[in-house]
Amino acid sequence: MSATAPATAADARTMTGAEIVLRALKEQGVEVIFGYPGGAVLPLYDALFQQNAIRHVLVRHEQAAVHAAEGYARSTGKVGVVLVTSGPGATNAVTGLVDALMDSVPVVCLTGQVPTHLIGNDAFQEADTTGITRPATKHNYLVKDIRRLAATVHEAFYVAKSGRPGPVVIDLPKDILIGKGPYTDPPAEPHRSYRPQTEPDAEAIRRAVALLKRAERPVVYAGGGVVNSGPEASRLLTEFVRMTGMPCTTTLMALGAFPASDPQFLGMLGMHGLYEANLAMHGCDVMLNVGARFDDRVTGSLAHFSPGSRKIHADIDPSSINKNVKVDVAIVGDAARVLAALIEAWKADETPQDKAALTRWWRRIDEWRARDCLRYRQEGRIIKPQHAVKRLYEITRELGRDTIITTEVGQHQMWAAQFFGFERPNRWLTSGGLGTMGYGLPAAVGAQIAHPDALVIDIAGEASILMNIQEMGTLAQYRLPVKVFILNNEYMGMVRQWQELLHGGRYSESYSAALPDFVKLAESFHAVGLRAEAADDLDRVIREMLAVDRPVIADICVDKEENCFPMIPSGAPHNQMILGRDQEGGAAGVTDEGKVLV
Amino acid sequence: MPDPADTAPRAATIAVLVENEAGILARVVGLFSGRGYNIESLTVAPVDEAKRISRITIVTSGTEMVIEQIKAQLDRLVPVHKVADLTLEGPHVAREMALIKVVGRGENRLEALRLADAFRASVVDATIGSFVFELTGSSDKLDAFIALMRPLGLAEVSRTGVVAIARGPASIHS
Ligand SMILES: Cc1cc2nc3c(=O)[nH]c(=O)nc-3n(C[C@H](O)[C@H](O)[C@H](O)COP(=O)(O)OP(=O)(O)OC[C@H]3O[C@@H](n4cnc5c(N)ncnc54)[C@H](O)[C@@H]3O)c2cc1C
Ligand SMILES: Cc1ncc(C[n+]2csc(CCOP(=O)(O)OP(=O)(O)O)c2C)c(N)n1
Ligand SMILES: [Mg+2]
Repeated sequence: MSATAPATAADARTMTGAEIVLRALKEQGVEVIFGYPGGAVLPLYDALFQQNAIRHVLVRHEQAAVHAAEGYARSTGKVGVVLVTSGPGATNAVTGLVDALMDSVPVVCLTGQVPTHLIGNDAFQEADTTGITRPATKHNYLVKDIRRLAATVHEAFYVAKSGRPGPVVIDLPKDILIGKGPYTDPPAEPHRSYRPQTEPDAEAIRRAVALLKRAERPVVYAGGGVVNSGPEASRLLTEFVRMTGMPCTTTLMALGAFPASDPQFLGMLGMHGLYEANLAMHGCDVMLNVGARFDDRVTGSLAHFSPGSRKIHADIDPSSINKNVKVDVAIVGDAARVLAALIEAWKADETPQDKAALTRWWRRIDEWRARDCLRYRQEGRIIKPQHAVKRLYEITRELGRDTIITTEVGQHQMWAAQFFGFERPNRWLTSGGLGTMGYGLPAAVGAQIAHPDALVIDIAGEASILMNIQEMGTLAQYRLPVKVFILNNEYMGMVRQWQELLHGGRYSESYSAALPDFVKLAESFHAVGLRAEAADDLDRVIREMLAVDRPVIADICVDKEENCFPMIPSGAPHNQMILGRDQEGGAAGVTDEGKVLV
Repeated sequence: MPDPADTAPRAATIAVLVENEAGILARVVGLFSGRGYNIESLTVAPVDEAKRISRITIVTSGTEMVIEQIKAQLDRLVPVHKVADLTLEGPHVAREMALIKVVGRGENRLEALRLADAFRASVVDATIGSFVFELTGSSDKLDAFIALMRPLGLAEVSRTGVVAIARGPASIHS
């Protein structure tokens, strides 16, 4: 091959492109790859076959490979690695890549490509992978010179995990994998142009503390960035919140970053967040956002979002700051570094806190809490979906096992967020930004591979689970005792809920017709199938599910028409929440402006 | 209530230093189209072959918040070294070049030539029935000249888009 560097045969560091890739992965600490083979990546599969350092997990669909890598990454803090073939392998991976991009998950995805001399010729299984994935990744590479191969792999890991993490694609033409070239070590300087700021500016920290010290109605709003930063950030967040006595709410992505059982935790905020969390955000005078991105699910109507507050925003990505909401103090930096600096500056600043004001603020919050916005009534035979999650939570807590929850997308996801409490980060894996149905099962594969001894449960909907149901095969092959807990309401419940509330109850195409028998389906995938049809069955089925050391599908037949509340309709302000059927609500009407929003 | 400074659009000339690598232009253009930002003009060329650096000049417009977003989004592209908002950072020189073909005879032809002279456009090609003028200057000057040529037989225009640089001793590299 002409691209091969002129190296002597005696040079031990001259090897095939496939060997270079594996050596670089090993150097980067990779222990497992999630992948699916095909013609363009056969050289890599051949090299994998001849070594033992890196384990390959064969998924059943390339989308699932990426979600599995996300589950692995999100539950460990490491980079998840994917290997797929050219053409359809790469295009199948795209949804997973965008999912990882939206939720800031570090993933390196190796895609096969047709040989360099055929690129652009519409060759068999050719796709313009770098073109297609450019807006789907944090960065991508097409390797055209084997001398750059090792450096590109090292760089991809640096880019995936530093700053705001994200997915990186390396497109590997087959001739590069087969050709011979030099292996090179990671460079001393990781990157020429990409060096994100992690250390916060001292002056910004001082201004933030000055605002927070004088606050009468403060609130801490923590986001996924705290989880991205690593467990130390969660520890520091907890320390900061406790030492300041402030209330703390988190986004969907940050559940577990602050202990759910802590009395200062207000619960999740946002569209399906808690009444007290949203009203605290609406009524606060100083808001501290750490690692959250003022997402529209959280802010609702921007014009009415927390109108009376001074806002402090700490984020590692300057483009997250002042994107949706204009803030008073911007702090660029890594969440852990920011929180450590805030703690130090808080101690150094001698301004006394207005404790009386804080007590009054807590009294108001307690009044909001007394509304008990998540209240539901479990009566009679029909299982309320909320109750199913609540019992699952209580029973797993009794067991005391390290528990990781993944979810699909829909009402069940929101009930899981509302009713399952997380004390630690990296135990809650959900698709927030893209909202990808079919995320939960493959993410559970990745989490279980990373934590063989943990209890991994996918809280699923009957519609979502069918989107990557083939991964039951992966569970069987690798004996992964993942539990799939389906809240089966026979509807795309979240869609049905919007149709009920916004489209006059016209349930257009949202009924889950012709469902499989999930018990038999489990059995045909060598798993255990269980079903709970009535409230009296629920605990028994949960206990049985948790007792078996094998993959299980538990089909929980729940109330078909239950809605998920509280709900802030799209485009409405925080103080116009719809509460449950049993509770007299805030405003009900949705404006036309709100209807165009998703 | 939104601050009026956030809703009134302004123009911005942004200089971006990037790694001179395949796909970089697609990344920048894709960023603008994907996020719905406006591009009035965009130019790119290598400026340091040894260090493999290219310079992109983008003329755009938007509210202050949008322009801040554009700069932050450009800056987070992995191969971007530096982003400078020339409009914000102080006085700068912005120039554009155009090649303008005018086809005509008789009085129109003479008038075109007289105006070209007044604008200090140079004739880079001439036939009995046509001229190609080369004109360098601000975009406004080019617009004015092109408008004048229209009734005189304007046949074709090719423009480079704006290149710009800050006035004074300060350098984008420092
Ligand atoms: C059906 C459905 C309903 C939803 N309802 C809600 C809801 O009610 N409430 C809710 O909160 N969400 C909800 N979501 C999720 C929502 O769409 C967003 O995904 C979520 O709100 C974003 O969370 P985040 O702000 O924590 O940001 P993330 O997406 O987690 O982004 C992290 C932020 O932190 C920054 N960051 C990354 N690393 C670091 C670091 N090391 N240090 C500092 N900063 C860092 C990033 O730059 C980014 O700005 C829903 C999703 C679905 C699918
Ligand atoms: C891939 C994909 N397609 C469509 C949607 C839109 N969507 C959001 S929730 C939902 C219904 C999910 O139904 P189910 O899994 O049964 O969950 P439920 O809401 O009933 O709990 C749909 C179709 C989506 N989020 N993802
Ligand atoms: Mg359903």
